[in-house]
Amino acid sequence: MTVDFLFDFLSELFADLVGSGPVLIISMLIPCLMLFGFITIYALIVIYAELKISSFIQDKVGPMGQGVGLHAGKWGLLQPIADALKLLLKEDIIPSRADKPLFILAPFMIFIGAFISFVALPFGESIIIADLNIGLFYILGVGSIAVLSLILAGWSSNNKWSLYGGMRSAAQIVSYEIPAGLSLIVVIMLAGTLNMQDIIRYQAGGIFSWIFFDNPFVPIAFVVYFISAIAETNRTPFDLPESESELVAGFATEYSGMRYAFFFLSEYANMFVVSAVAAACFLGGWHSPISGFMDSPAWGVFWMISKTFFLIFIMIWLRWTLPRLRVDQLMNVCWKVFLPVALINIFGVAIWTVIFNQ
Amino acid sequence: MGVVHGQEMVLNIGPQHPATHGVLRLQVKTDGEIISEITPYMGYLHRCFEKHCENVTYEQVIPFTDRCDYLASMTMNFGYVVAMEQLMEIKVNDRVEYIRVIMAELQRIASHLLGIGAFGLDLGAFTPFLHMLRDRERILDIFEMTCGARLLYNYMWVGGLSHDLPTGFVEATLNFLDYFEPKVDEFENLLGHNKIFVERTADIGTMPAEVAISYGVTGPNLRGSGVKWDLRKDDPYSIYDRFDFNVPVGKGMKGTVGDCWDRFYVRIQEIRESVKIVRQAIDQLPKDGDVHQAMPKKIRPPKGSIYRRTESPRGDLGYYIESDGSDTPYRLKMRSPAFTALSVLNEIGAGWLMSDVLGILGSLDIVLGEIDR
Repeated sequence: MTVDFLFDFLSELFADLVGSGPVLIISMLIPCLMLFGFITIYALIVIYAELKISSFIQDKVGPMGQGVGLHAGKWGLLQPIADALKLLLKEDIIPSRADKPLFILAPFMIFIGAFISFVALPFGESIIIADLNIGLFYILGVGSIAVLSLILAGWSSNNKWSLYGGMRSAAQIVSYEIPAGLSLIVVIMLAGTLNMQDIIRYQAGGIFSWIFFDNPFVPIAFVVYFISAIAETNRTPFDLPESESELVAGFATEYSGMRYAFFFLSEYANMFVVSAVAAACFLGGWHSPISGFMDSPAWGVFWMISKTFFLIFIMIWLRWTLPRLRVDQLMNVCWKVFLPVALINIFGVAIWTVIFNQ
Repeated sequence: MGVVHGQEMVLNIGPQHPATHGVLRLQVKTDGEIISEITPYMGYLHRCFEKHCENVTYEQVIPFTDRCDYLASMTMNFGYVVAMEQLMEIKVNDRVEYIRVIMAELQRIASHLLGIGAFGLDLGAFTPFLHMLRDRERILDIFEMTCGARLLYNYMWVGGLSHDLPTGFVEATLNFLDYFEPKVDEFENLLGHNKIFVERTADIGTMPAEVAISYGVTGPNLRGSGVKWDLRKDDPYSIYDRFDFNVPVGKGMKGTVGDCWDRFYVRIQEIRESVKIVRQAIDQLPKDGDVHQAMPKKIRPPKGSIYRRTESPRGDLGYYIESDGSDTPYRLKMRSPAFTALSVLNEIGAGWLMSDVLGILGSLDIVLGEIDR
């Protein structure tokens, strides 16, 4: 279900009536609206999951509710909706000394960065909005928009805590993109393509055809990628830009209501993007772990989403288990550990491929 | 490698900030992430308690002591009644002494749990904090069972206690200890041996013994620097000489002696020692004895003054009481251990990164209620 497909389909029906311009716009709007709906529902689910998983880890009950009325529904299922409503209805405060245009721009930019990454994510054999031939490259590229927005937010708030948060996030995200990108190069070398669908097609045929099990260097690349991805999404143990016990709320200190909700939403959206990329590149994407077992296109969506959610679960698990690193330790890990490891990995995979996979 | 100098920025941490443990303002000079100077400003929680005490009777002072160190009210009570009894030469019976020790040691466990948990929270570890609060809750349940209050007890009175132990107290306490002892190991593993936690605490904020002594730092912070000084052993009061327990000191297991990790570890070990003391005290607890037996009808100490210090969870807690023979104190002064711990912050914290300074502040386990009084 790509934009091209929709365009062809709608052209046949309506092109005679309105011309190709409006049809193009409509065929782009429909997937965007569906995507927006998906991200919203996904965010509600994962916020609930985060609340409940953290509760199990911390030996508390989390959102609960009995009966009707102003409770959080059965098992607290309405809690994320209540949270979202609260954020939407809250007063929107812009500090009088803030740089107003930039302050307003920042939350939209971070959301756009997260949103347009979804366009190239494959959900099934034919379910992808834009089947780009440089899909992986595109996702890595637009993922960097987030850092601009965090710096904007930090600078325009005119608050020292926000500034600290912005500067930290700039250093952190820019640094961690390098090991993440280098780890994905391993995948590109093996699959020989940047197209997300082709990378997944390369992994057809059961769990041992996944790139993860391709050779002994790939699991290392996966770990490096996944840790870098956590750092890029500013999650604990790498949540320095918004470390609540040091910087109050970092770049988001001055944001409230809807604008804060956008930062929040894009954090979760980014989690989905990085996990989906990891699932597609290393864990076989929409392929079933057993060849031929539940391997139809409809099950493909199930496999893709469950692999992604499994990785998101690991992120949540780590967040509620580990303390936070310090800013210089974070940089040390990136430049002195991950970067050399990722480079050696590329070398190792190249040699392995030459020797064993002629 | 050259040194890059940036512009200095003055930053106010607090008085409303998640890591300042109450209402404390730290004015720091920063150069990027590096903090070159820390000036603590306190007084945001000043409630004139010492002056208040001059206008109330000796019994009415006890609720004020509760509210000073609100995380260790039992030991605050304990210090005051020990001082008063020494001034008035009252000898309380054994049952009272044993109950007081049990309460004080349970309070020490509760206070250390919160101290360590909040320290972890400052470093970003949220889960251990909640686990520790969960177990502190059970201690508060025991206190509630005993005197009805969960935070501000007003339990120890001059010459006795407000209530005798309720039925089922011994079983409840033993149950708690049986449940709690394995949990201490769990806390130690969960937090203390976590690689990131060690990275964030070992060799950081090192307080050499000389610095600690010259600033008058006491309690677990001083012991973390390797000085074996515990008033329960070195200036025994009440019946602490009857118990067998160790005084843990920092040994620099993960880094240098006196770093944040040592201060953390001393508290963990003190929890174990307190469990030991409570067990012994419950074994030896006399079955009979009226807890009101030695209570004077009217508290009117003879003219004179007393300074008595006791070991609170935060250190050397002293009460100076000046009596003019009337039923209100002429002057009452508390020596606050957290105050001296805060004063050393600039000495050990300057030059570290922002995250470290807040970690060091957390490792000192200060309570603003006691500093400002």
